[in-house]
Amino acid sequence: MTIGKNIPRVDAFDKVTGRAKYADDLVPTGTLIAKVLHSTIANGLVKKIDTSKAKQVPGVIEVFTCFDVPDIVFPTAGHPWSTNIANHDIADRKLLNTRVRYYGDDIAVVVAENELTATEALKLIEVEYEEYTPLLTIEDAMNGDALHEEYPNNILASTKYNVGGVSFEEALENNDVKIFEDEFEVPTVQHCFMENPNSYAYMESGKIVVVTSTQIPHIVRRVIGQALDIPWGQVRVIKPYIGGGFGAKQDVLYEPLNAWVSKMLGGKCVKLELTREEGFINTRVRHAMKIHIKSAVSENGRLIARKVKMFSNQGGYASHGHSVVAGAAHVVKQLYQDEVATDVEFTTVFTNLPVAGAMRGYGVPQITFALEAHMENVAKEMNFDNIELRKINMIKEGFVDPLNSIPSLTNELDQCIEIGAKHLNFREKHKKYSNQEGHIRKGVGCAIFSYKTGVYPISLETASCRMILNQDGSIQVQVGATEIGQGADTVFTQMAAEITGITYDKVYIMSAQDTDVTPYDSGAYASRQTYVSGHAVKKCGLELKQKILDYANYLKESEIAVDIKENHVLDKDGNKIIHVSEVALESFYHRENSKHIAAEATHHCDTNTISHGTTFVEIEVDLKLGLVKILDIINVHDSGTIINPKTALGQVHGGMSMGIAYALSEELLFNPKTGEAYNGDLLGYKIPTSLDSPDISCKFVEKYDPSGPFGNKALGEPPTVPVAPAIRNALFNATGIKYNQIPLTPERIFNKVKDKGLI
Amino acid sequence: MYNIKKMYNAETISDAVKFLTDNEDAKIIAGGSDVLIELRHGKLPNATLLNIRDIKEMQGIELINEDIIIKPLSTFTEIAENQIIQERIPMLAEAVNTVGGPQVRNIGTIGGNICNGITSADSASTLFTLDAELEITGPDGTRNIHIKDFYIWVAEVDLKQGELLTKIIIKKESYENYFGHYYKYAKRNAMDIAIQGCAVNCKLSDDKTKLENVRIGFGVGGPIPLRCFETENKAKGKLINNELIDEIGKSVLEEVNPRTSWKATKEFRLHLAQELSKRVLREAIERAGGHIND
Amino acid sequence: MIEIIKCKINGRDQEIAIDPRESLTDMLRNKLGLTSVKKGCEVGECGACTVLIDGKSYNSCIYLASWAKDKSIITVEGLTSENGELSPVQKAFIDESAVQCGFCTPGLLLTATEIVNSGQKYTREELRTLISGHLCRCTGYENILNAVEKALNQEN
Repeated sequence: MTIGKNIPRVDAFDKVTGRAKYADDLVPTGTLIAKVLHSTIANGLVKKIDTSKAKQVPGVIEVFTCFDVPDIVFPTAGHPWSTNIANHDIADRKLLNTRVRYYGDDIAVVVAENELTATEALKLIEVEYEEYTPLLTIEDAMNGDALHEEYPNNILASTKYNVGGVSFEEALENNDVKIFEDEFEVPTVQHCFMENPNSYAYMESGKIVVVTSTQIPHIVRRVIGQALDIPWGQVRVIKPYIGGGFGAKQDVLYEPLNAWVSKMLGGKCVKLELTREEGFINTRVRHAMKIHIKSAVSENGRLIARKVKMFSNQGGYASHGHSVVAGAAHVVKQLYQDEVATDVEFTTVFTNLPVAGAMRGYGVPQITFALEAHMENVAKEMNFDNIELRKINMIKEGFVDPLNSIPSLTNELDQCIEIGAKHLNFREKHKKYSNQEGHIRKGVGCAIFSYKTGVYPISLETASCRMILNQDGSIQVQVGATEIGQGADTVFTQMAAEITGITYDKVYIMSAQDTDVTPYDSGAYASRQTYVSGHAVKKCGLELKQKILDYANYLKESEIAVDIKENHVLDKDGNKIIHVSEVALESFYHRENSKHIAAEATHHCDTNTISHGTTFVEIEVDLKLGLVKILDIINVHDSGTIINPKTALGQVHGGMSMGIAYALSEELLFNPKTGEAYNGDLLGYKIPTSLDSPDISCKFVEKYDPSGPFGNKALGEPPTVPVAPAIRNALFNATGIKYNQIPLTPERIFNKVKDKGLI
Repeated sequence: MYNIKKMYNAETISDAVKFLTDNEDAKIIAGGSDVLIELRHGKLPNATLLNIRDIKEMQGIELINEDIIIKPLSTFTEIAENQIIQERIPMLAEAVNTVGGPQVRNIGTIGGNICNGITSADSASTLFTLDAELEITGPDGTRNIHIKDFYIWVAEVDLKQGELLTKIIIKKESYENYFGHYYKYAKRNAMDIAIQGCAVNCKLSDDKTKLENVRIGFGVGGPIPLRCFETENKAKGKLINNELIDEIGKSVLEEVNPRTSWKATKEFRLHLAQELSKRVLREAIERAGGHIND
Repeated sequence: MIEIIKCKINGRDQEIAIDPRESLTDMLRNKLGLTSVKKGCEVGECGACTVLIDGKSYNSCIYLASWAKDKSIITVEGLTSENGELSPVQKAFIDESAVQCGFCTPGLLLTATEIVNSGQKYTREELRTLISGHLCRCTGYENILNAVEKALNQEN
């Protein structure tokens, strides 16, 4: 049994010895360097670009501008392609753009012999703009001229859904309810992957090869094909080790431009590496949102109806478009069920801010902050037990989403809550902290979440795996699913060992994805790989095992081989018949019947399941300085079976750390006049250091989910989801003040404390 | 790769002075943690760099007649770990330990921290409260000035052409029997720039009931680091109690002049000035063996 | 512009032709192929490029290659013994699952090595201070601190 064991990461040795190669570690000597020129206005039109001075700089090879690129718009979202045009992602950007839609938009590219020359040449390019007023807020954008002609009022999409068949207002008619209303605001934040996106491209054997730091190599291949209008098979994308993604690299970033530049230079190798500052502004950010919630609650604490209205700030280009706020909106009913009606309306608005895309949780951190902060407000105003209120209304095992049919097949939320509450002695402390004086106060808070595992049935879910038996009885495993730091390769290795009966030490996973070698998978996003790609590994493993058994039976001229355990082929009574290595060797070199044993399987996934969990947190706040200190924090997760507890804990720690910073410190800020970011670097933008990070606790409540390949369900993204509202609720407990906007910066905390006269 | 047009490595102070005299636009580089970053951001196009990191006369920390001489190439780590500093002016060790993170403290120098003329410099407000004197060496020899007179405006210090900072002197009478505390208020506990920094250094009466002398310094209390001299004068000789502390907290508001930026508003910084001065003063008094009577 | 400098890299004396404008990061990665030295920000804010210079941690991005003259520099490639055995710090990082994406790992391994080599004992809070010049986005620092503690306790 390898499932459930703390097996060390398969890549740990390479990573602690410096042998793990990332894209920039592999760049061939003599590679040319491309640097992008970014607009210095947020909204407008490039009228003219003078590159003559830049081209004269010794060492500059070429300068391409937005007037030189093919007239092809392409989509960038890391979604699988759809053969149905109605489901296509929005194609709204060219390789370089004359219509400038955010401060830093890509308008030209310099290629030079080295980085310094390229950087210096950028400064010599003269740009003439026609400038328009930057539309940075949702309100301004909805009242302003369209950034994309096809979207008047800058509304990318506005959608509604209703559950219950009656409206919120109708639901109130025959019910005795209290109404509660809140408006929430969550900020623009950035992923802060440690490795900035970078790639290099060259032509070989009539193909364009792009080596890149991406979560989605197979999608990058397709989009390069689309952007350059070349057959997809002519594009080969290689993903070596990558230094984190968190969703930013679930978009096609500069790979198409890099490929095109190489192609324009006759296939010469060209590298395009972003600086940290570009990493902030020119990749993707998490959507800032405004969320309005109105709920009708009966005297006994039952949610009768809720009405939720969300506005999502998309920035200049569609990227994942409306699907992020849609992902958020659909959680409203997946977390709590209203007795009568749920009315949700959600709108995505283009603005002149950096482009928002996927980020760990895909809209769910935003909506969960609002839902869980609102729930706390309701509990307080009704003088109702905050845990009870949640328990009464939260979805239970067997829940099936009325609109998209995603089920909660297993649901240990109740137990998660009890474990978290017990850890903190929550109920007692919550009561105790409700009435405090002085400027140093404590508070406890909690929040729960529901999170779907994959993206079925909203989008295609498919994954493939290939296994090849080596001469010595070991196997190679190739998957299209990508290791991005989360530990995917390790759990796939465990799964392959579990299924084939070949021991873990003899399973070699190919960590680098190469679209010419590794089979198709949509990539690392949602919390899908252990679930969806895990099924592919399972299916492929079963197939390989059967082939080994068949060959063993051929060798033994019998039908007695029925199973493999610990590298031995066994009969039905568990007796060892032959070692897998013997079978393997014979299969390669048998004089009459040589046979290369390999298997390949695709899992077309038509299931999904909801993962659950909670955060419980205790804080101390210094009201006069506006500083929050986390005294104790725990996440309890119901993620089904845990494949590898240690790597799973690592995922939870990192997710919680992101959640803590989402609550307290992270916020990308922009000059309201120009749209230029104030803090697009690691100094101004506050991700936590070790001194800002508390010790983190985590527990799992494991229950086998029948739809998961090994009983497992989502864990990659969920840990970050409930943290911010829990911290906010703890601050509410400490102060009695409803903070409805994050991050809870010192100044925000202080201003309200002062307004309420607490100090 | 940095866009360095020309770099000269000076080996002695006089060598450096000569180079600075001959090259009007020369930019001094020591640790490099500011200059290299400026270079990377394109802020020093065509700069000629004068590298002073190898000048031996500018390295080390000494005690001469109990006056503390800190040579400007001393890194933050060297200062924090130095016994002379730890025993005599631990608040300076405390202050420089709030700079960036360990790697930055291993490279950044106190001379650079002062000479870049930035109000948020963590060492500056503390040196203000230690009445630090600066020795400036130029073509005409040396001159000594009080650190408060060194700062002119944002990124502008009193270094004339050909001059460089060669010593930081903290006289015995400036630190003897003084106890101080520096508090850096920032959004992160490491790798950050102060939203405000407050340094208080005080000397109590023999019976520990009165403030014999107090010095209050601020970083980001205004465009340059500053001292609250009027407040200090008012507080001198007063009995230590909560009223006094409140009074001092209010009084510093007359002397600081912070501005609004995306990092914090003026109003919040004013509030911080009041609150931090009180807290830091309390801590300094307690370190001096005093007790604050309710 | 070419300058020859002598220095010791991972225990071996080397003569290296450098461009005086290049950073130590550039030199280690491009001239010597020591790609464990990562570029995360190039302005001393993330710690990914940390190396040991004469035993102390420095951000090699804001350190000119020419300053490495006569210095002894250690990168992660130099932590493993000649026979390929991992150092106690490297082992502890594996055992404690302190490695995720691996991009901050080399820098942290070196600072952890400095900590362990100091021969001193540190509390967990002190360790937080000592590693605070490294940003990590994957781990929340929890397992990294566990690993540093473990290596420290084993050695001292």
